[in-house]
Amino acid sequence: MRFLQYLINGVSIGSVYAIIALGYTMVYGIARMLNFAHGDVIMVGAYMSYCVTSYLGLPAIVGVIVAALVCTLLGILIEGLAYKPLRGVPSLAVLITAIGVSYFLQNAAQLIFGSAPKNFKSIVTMKPLVLFGGGLTITGEVMVTVLACVVIMVGLTLFTGKTKMGKSMRAVSEDRDAAQLMGINVNRTISITFAIGSALAAVAGVLLCSTVPTLMPTTGSMPGIRAFTAAVFGGIGSIPGAMLGGILLGVIETFSKAYLSTQFSDAIVFLVLIVILLVKPAGLLGKNVQEKV
Amino acid sequence: MKKVLAFLLAALMVAAMFAGCGSDKTETPTAAAAGGADEAPAAAGAVKLGMSGPLTGGAAVYGTAVKAGMEIAVEEINAKGGLQLELNCQDDEHDTEKALNAYNTLKDWGMQVMAGPVTTAPCNVVAAECANDKIFMLTPSGSGASIIEYGDNIFQICFTDPNQGVASADYMATHDLGTTIGVIYDSSDVYSSGIYEKFAAEAQVKGLNVACVEAFTADNKADLTTQVTKCKDAGCDVVFLPFYATEAAQVLTYANTIGYAPTFFGCDGMDGILTVENFDPALAEGLMLLTPFSADASDEATQSFVAKYQEKTGIVPNQFAADAYDVIYSIYQALVAGGVTADMSASEINDILVAQFTSMTFDGLTGTGMTWQATGEVSKGPMAVVIKDGTYVGAE
Repeated sequence: MRFLQYLINGVSIGSVYAIIALGYTMVYGIARMLNFAHGDVIMVGAYMSYCVTSYLGLPAIVGVIVAALVCTLLGILIEGLAYKPLRGVPSLAVLITAIGVSYFLQNAAQLIFGSAPKNFKSIVTMKPLVLFGGGLTITGEVMVTVLACVVIMVGLTLFTGKTKMGKSMRAVSEDRDAAQLMGINVNRTISITFAIGSALAAVAGVLLCSTVPTLMPTTGSMPGIRAFTAAVFGGIGSIPGAMLGGILLGVIETFSKAYLSTQFSDAIVFLVLIVILLVKPAGLLGKNVQEKV
Repeated sequence: MKKVLAFLLAALMVAAMFAGCGSDKTETPTAAAAGGADEAPAAAGAVKLGMSGPLTGGAAVYGTAVKAGMEIAVEEINAKGGLQLELNCQDDEHDTEKALNAYNTLKDWGMQVMAGPVTTAPCNVVAAECANDKIFMLTPSGSGASIIEYGDNIFQICFTDPNQGVASADYMATHDLGTTIGVIYDSSDVYSSGIYEKFAAEAQVKGLNVACVEAFTADNKADLTTQVTKCKDAGCDVVFLPFYATEAAQVLTYANTIGYAPTFFGCDGMDGILTVENFDPALAEGLMLLTPFSADASDEATQSFVAKYQEKTGIVPNQFAADAYDVIYSIYQALVAGGVTADMSASEINDILVAQFTSMTFDGLTGTGMTWQATGEVSKGPMAVVIKDGTYVGAE
């Protein structure tokens, strides 16, 4: 029973990692860049939702929608202002720019909202589900998080597989120049990728803060880095890979805390990651593509 | 066009970063000297007190409380006439490097006495400097045992981490809070692990049943659900949380979500949990903590301080604010008793204050009859308070 409880907790935090990892992996797959500011977009999403629900007193669902809209715009804005001018320059410059954007967002949040932590009220009002006479507790947050994760996963798979926009995304990720020659608007495709990734980040931010109520300007950075690890673990650039990587990371983390040691849980998690990456360098579901130099 | 845009963006970022770090660094000295006719700093007639603490960042609750507490004390003292004080508060964001920068800024300003820093890690680096430069240092709340080991002129007004660990275990043993005890602590933080180690040793001596010991680090504190679940599974009816309010809010929220209601027991770092914005005080109902100060005490000094603090900040003062208030008054008492004048050098004042502190007795908000040993450690008794209806109430 305990095993099941830890598994559920692990899947829950893993689902949040997975939703964040999707943003990393989509952007990497299409724009070939690591958007390190992604973690901070999560934080912006959480603050937006906080403002709408706590200051304006509107229902939680409005908070989620506003957060997703603001983050979508923010994603397009960041891409247009900070990354688009750097198209074609060495990827290191873009990486450093991304780190700069990350600092910019954190410090802007510190100026606007202050640095004192705020307590985020959970958006889920559902009563926890108690099974087996109290042996197993499934909180409303867990159910909503896992459900959201599955919905997003299915939605994204359908989107990239069936729609015209999704197909052009895959084409751009396969070969940017060839896609352009075939009449695909590469810049627009990349902007839309950023928009989707950032909207996902907003959802992830709200879900994360519903489980972990402390909201600060640095709230997004650690989960962001973990989700990035999850994306690499699952195979960066692969959508099912991000999902698998995120959930596995959450489960391994929870199990190592539950059964081995809370003191060394991080060491154990990252040891497992290193071993897996040694065996499969492209990640669990990543394709091992020969880089053309 | 692209280049222009890139430059603009870069400039904007740089500006934002500076704005972010600098927002609180431009603090002007809060209580200016009364005799303002003379512009020369040394002759202005005020002893210069420096303070550094986290005015922004995750630990800002403590830094801002200390700053407000000190400002009230300085205003009161300066209003009396006689020896005047001038206070300069710098932000260290609970970061050792920034604390060192803050210390240097204060030294350049002409600081004669160091009334800080607020948190343990910055205290460790600043204490080494103060010992070196012969500047008297009295920290309101840096409770690490190592701080006072840097020199004979480093003093604490709060009780030390080992003391808190021992006192917590003693309290649990004598008051029969529960039969099975769980502990969650931050193994990456010197304050939290310091308390835990002493607590564990004392718990063994007292024969307490510690069934579950769980840790987290600064890197993985985003998810504390497993630690809480393990305490619940171990059947703990008392859970000891020797860490700061920010993480404690997470533990309390999650425990409430899964319907787990043991007696939670914290140390002085827990103080301030009621001021976390949007935190539901109902979650902290019944939370116990060891602290030398409770805002509901009926004596006149506490009442007057609480009223002034509420007027200034809008919230009920916590123990950090009271410790800070006592720091200023104890320094003032020693300055007056030692016949210090504002034109003395920092090292002259240092020698006088060391002699005064090791021989005097001080009555403040956080204890009566406080004395200091030559090591810099204060002797005063901790007191347990419990949160009832959203305020602190004495537990006895």
